[in-house]
Amino acid sequence: MIPATFEYVRPTTVEEAAQILRNAAGDDVKLLAGGQSLLPLLRLRLAYPAALIDIGRIDELRGVRDEPDHVYIAAMTTHDEVVKSAVVQEQCPLVALATAQVADPAVRHRGTFGGSMAHADPAGDLPAVALALDMTFVVLSADGTREIPAAEFFVDYLETALEPGEILLGAKVPKLGPGWGFHYEKFHRTAQAWAIVGVAAAVKRDNGTISEGRIALTNMGTVPVRAFAAERRLPGVPITNGYGELREAVSVAAEGTDPPTDLHGRPDYRRHLAVVLTERAVRQAAV
Amino acid sequence: MSRITVTVDGTKYEEEVEPRLLLVHFLRDRLGRTGTPIGCDTSNCGACTVLMDGRSVKSCSVLAVQADGADILTIEGLAGSGGWHPMQRAFHEEHALQCGYCTPGMIMASIDLVQDNPDPSEEEIRSGLEGNLCRCTGYCNIVRAVRKGAQELGAAQ
Repeated sequence: MIPATFEYVRPTTVEEAAQILRNAAGDDVKLLAGGQSLLPLLRLRLAYPAALIDIGRIDELRGVRDEPDHVYIAAMTTHDEVVKSAVVQEQCPLVALATAQVADPAVRHRGTFGGSMAHADPAGDLPAVALALDMTFVVLSADGTREIPAAEFFVDYLETALEPGEILLGAKVPKLGPGWGFHYEKFHRTAQAWAIVGVAAAVKRDNGTISEGRIALTNMGTVPVRAFAAERRLPGVPITNGYGELREAVSVAAEGTDPPTDLHGRPDYRRHLAVVLTERAVRQAAV
Repeated sequence: MSRITVTVDGTKYEEEVEPRLLLVHFLRDRLGRTGTPIGCDTSNCGACTVLMDGRSVKSCSVLAVQADGADILTIEGLAGSGGWHPMQRAFHEEHALQCGYCTPGMIMASIDLVQDNPDPSEEEIRSGLEGNLCRCTGYCNIVRAVRKGAQELGAAQ
């Protein structure tokens, strides 16, 4: 289908984009990043903004920076660039592992890291990773920049803590240091489909046992959720090929979740999946 | 209306377009390059895949205005004076198509894949083409064709 009509502007700097956004206050404007979620919505006429501000070509919004205690990923860096970034692969491999599973290669060439986060689809892969790694989002507001922790960023279905007029600039991904292993386990019906359930796991290993673990779940509610109950049980669990203690520890992975019902499954099925996939993700991360 | 300059298959075009015009409609309806088909219209099937500045994109999920300044390569720009592109020839020789509807997208996605990975395994081909659907279920021959095309492209270099 053909989208409804809209105005289109393509600023070349963040300041110019912010100015246009401020002037449009009250009008129905949308920021256009890579467009891989927004354009299908426009085509299906599920969204019909009056204007699009295309920030996809603003150079200062692209790239990955290696800082002393974190990796900074600028919002308009494409998924493909994130996956291929040596800094991301070495310093925050969970981001690379999960991003490589987003959609398919053609979509990853256009879709962006920040676009995915700001779209905040509960079935999207990256929000759970942001939560598991305690990323901090950097946002341009009317009176300068502000920072939003990932735990406060995802507010509801397709809704973030971004205020009208604000622009997501990028995210700081903390460096966890040595001893950590990572995995993203995604369960979907067909290759490029959305996750029915996904699990992002970061596990710290110490002498054959798990000393600390972080688990975040994709599509187990309207926002990504940390599986804190399972995390609390992980320290001291031996890393073996056996299934006993780890299985016992992650059996509470779905505690406190409120998964959706759709044609792929009911909540009880998703809770079951969350437990099974958490075990797989933690095991993979720990080996 | 926005004025855009786009190079398609080596020819430069300057056109006035509505911002809502999709790249695939620009290619087909404005430039008459109907070699790029529209499959699903939901970003799933990959039939409309073209290369934009050298990388595969689904042209139903790109606005023509976003392609301003870009270099687009479609299935129609592949064959040169020396005949078919090696990937086209491999698809023909390995019978990698039945109805042919997915073929332009499959070939463009395959060319993108072998740019990054000149000697892909069967598994790498299958995951590299995950965004392209064939409803005749001709995947086995498609995988064979991509391996052959990759080998011939490697040998040609």
